[in-house]
Amino acid sequence: MFFSCNDARARFALAAALTVLPASSPLAHGFAGQSFFPATILTDDPFVADEMSLPQITVNPPVPDGSRETDIEIDLAKRLTPDIGVTIRDQWQRLQPTGLPAVTGLGALQTGAQYQLFVNGPHEALGLLGLNVTWAHTGRVQALGAPDFTTLSPTFNFGKGLGDLPRSLPYLRPFAVTGNLGFDFPTKVESAGVPNPNNFNYGFAFEYSFPYLQCCVKDIGLRAPFNRLIPLVEVAFTTPINRVSVSQTVGRIQPGVIWAGTYFQIGAEAILPATHLTGHGYGGVVQFHIYLDDLFPHSIGKPISEWW
Amino acid sequence: MRRIFLALVAGAAAIGAAPSARAHAFLDHASPAVGSSVPASPPVVTLWFTQELEPAFSGVTVINEAGQRVDLGNAQFPQGSPAELQIGLQPLAPGTYLVSWHVISVDTHPTEGTFTFEINP
Repeated sequence: MFFSCNDARARFALAAALTVLPASSPLAHGFAGQSFFPATILTDDPFVADEMSLPQITVNPPVPDGSRETDIEIDLAKRLTPDIGVTIRDQWQRLQPTGLPAVTGLGALQTGAQYQLFVNGPHEALGLLGLNVTWAHTGRVQALGAPDFTTLSPTFNFGKGLGDLPRSLPYLRPFAVTGNLGFDFPTKVESAGVPNPNNFNYGFAFEYSFPYLQCCVKDIGLRAPFNRLIPLVEVAFTTPINRVSVSQTVGRIQPGVIWAGTYFQIGAEAILPATHLTGHGYGGVVQFHIYLDDLFPHSIGKPISEWW
Repeated sequence: MRRIFLALVAGAAAIGAAPSARAHAFLDHASPAVGSSVPASPPVVTLWFTQELEPAFSGVTVINEAGQRVDLGNAQFPQGSPAELQIGLQPLAPGTYLVSWHVISVDTHPTEGTFTFEINP
């Protein structure tokens, strides 16, 4: 006994439902065509979403003076409309200076506004414009070094899957790259005699999707949990572009893996400083990330514009 | 720390309380298998998804290397298997065939994909 989706009733239902389907559906978290982009840890995502990181725990590598910081971060992304979203994040920090007692407290509050510029399914491409704001005096300024000035950070985030490569290159097709290009504009030139430069920020995530390999290239027999793994390497750098006389680029390289499930994903990455100024040694980060649009598709997982 | 712990517990409880069978539908596996080579023409292509599907919004086609449809246009959902999509095939000659599917899970999340299989006697 079969149900056929080609009978007249089904066609009528399809036509009727297509007229009322929310336009947001294709944009619910990181899909472009048949490529799924997970939420990455170090670099910002190129899609508006209803998602939440709860929590992200980071043990940072020691900085050059030997102090070491541990962070517990919460990050929420919410769509206002199918193409417009906002983000908010904050973190609890524990700073352990060399030879001194540890200091704890909140870091600076960060918020963002985002616009989904394009989603190209056939070419598995995404583009997003964003404006992030790091707010002054929202963290412990003197004890933890939280800023006493607000910083505006316009950004362009993008994602590109290689699924449109010729099928003669099958094992390259699960590759994808996402990236951020942006600037920091502090609203205060200096703080306590230390200059606050404008910065150029650039970061990339290079991903190889086992789910894509399994669904769209070749079933090599991977089964749960390995069929949902996405190994990746993230890199991110910040380079001052004024107010400092020598190059003070800081950056990180983070190799790791993300397991993307139905309702949530779990990510873990090592943290390697990319420059001497960034620090030395290594650290690590783990993230538990929830897909609100999949968990609550008829309520808080929808864009706010579709709540009524 | 206590607040963070409580928040984590609340989050885990919310996930645990979420109704099942929602979310995006991913292709779990297929027959013929994705990217496989089979010795003879299969009578049907069957796709198994990770979530239950909306039949009226879901479909699958199969074309040959010349771009001609070789399926029978009878996409079906076996009763009692709302996460399984099936379509009959004409007798196929040796060659490579492209399967294109698009589905919407029961909570209206759409996904799509393509894969090939080969008939190589």
